[in-house]
Amino acid sequence: MSGHAKSSPLKMYFGIWITLLVCTYLTYKLAFIELGRFNAAVALGIATLKATLVALFFMHVWHASEKLTKLVVIAALFFLMLLLGLTMSDYATRLWS
Amino acid sequence: MHDSSTTAVHDRLGEAHAAHNPALLHHFAEPQQQRDAASLGMWVFLATEVMFFGGLFCAYLVYRLWYFPDFAAASKSIDATLGATNTAVLICSSLTVVLAVWAAQTARRTLLISMLGITMLLGLTFLGIKAVEYRDKFEEHHVPGASFSFENVPVPGHPGQFANPRHAQMFFSLYFVMTGLHALHMIVGLGIFSWLLFAAGKGRFTPEWHTPVEIGGLYWHFVDIVWIYLFPLLYLIDRHP
Repeated sequence: MSGHAKSSPLKMYFGIWITLLVCTYLTYKLAFIELGRFNAAVALGIATLKATLVALFFMHVWHASEKLTKLVVIAALFFLMLLLGLTMSDYATRLWS
Repeated sequence: MHDSSTTAVHDRLGEAHAAHNPALLHHFAEPQQQRDAASLGMWVFLATEVMFFGGLFCAYLVYRLWYFPDFAAASKSIDATLGATNTAVLICSSLTVVLAVWAAQTARRTLLISMLGITMLLGLTFLGIKAVEYRDKFEEHHVPGASFSFENVPVPGHPGQFANPRHAQMFFSLYFVMTGLHALHMIVGLGIFSWLLFAAGKGRFTPEWHTPVEIGGLYWHFVDIVWIYLFPLLYLIDRHP
C-alpha cells in the first residue's frame, strides 16, 4: 500500500492466484505418488510456500508501511515454533532409551 | 460551564477535521497512522489465532506421530477431491478479497460490491462442500461417539493389517474439531462480509477510508491460510496405493 502512483498491482494478484492454484494441484497429485517419507515433507513444503505467498502479497506484509506488522507476524511464528518444537522434541524422543 | 467548554473544544477539533478528513478520529495525527493502528490491531488478533489453532495442530502432530498407520487409514476415508476443490474455492475467494480491497482503494464501487458478493458466494460454496463431506462421514459412522465404527479398514501399505478403531476415532475427533472450528471462522467471516457488503452498498468506503475492507480481508486470508495447512494434514496423509 505504498505510493499511489505505483502501477496497478492487478497483474501481481492474478499471478499469485495462478501460482496458488498450480501449487494446490501439485500437492493433490504428488500425494498419490510414492515418495516414502518425503510425501509429508513435500505436502508441508508446498503448504508453507502457499501460506507465505498469501501472507506476503495478499495480506500485504511485504509492502506493509508499518514495521510493527512484520514484528507481530514474526513473533506469532516464533511462539508457534516454540510450541511445536518443544512439544515434538519431547514426544518424538520418548522411545529413544 | 465545564461541559460547554469541552463542547467548544470538540467543535473546534471538528472543524479542523472537516477541513482535512472527516473519517480521521481525534486521537490520530493523520489517516495513515489511523490505518496502521487498525491493521496492527488486526495482526495482533491474528497472532492470538495462530496460537489458538497452533494448539490443535500440536495435538494433531503428537497423535499422528503415535498412531501413524491408523491416521493414514482414517485420512484415506475422506474424499481428497472434495478437499482439493475446497482449497481451490478458498484460494479464489482470497483473490476476490484482494480485488475488493483494490476496488475500495481506487474508488470502484460496483467492483467492490461485486467482489464482496462473489467472496461470500465462494465462502458459502466452501461450507456447502464441507456439509457434503460431513454427511458422508455421518453415513459411514465415522463421527466419534457411541455409533462410531471403523472395523476391518486396511492400513495403507501394510497388507493384512487393520487400523485400530480407537486410534482412528482420535483422528476423526481432531478432524471434526479442526475443520469445525475452521468452518465456524468461515461463518464469522461471512457475517463480517455481509456487513461490508451492506456498508459498501451505502457508499461508506472511499479511497481515503476503507479500513474495514482491509482488515476484514486480513481475517479472510488468515482463515484461508489455516485451510491451506488443514488440507494436506488431514486429507493427504498416505494416499498412494
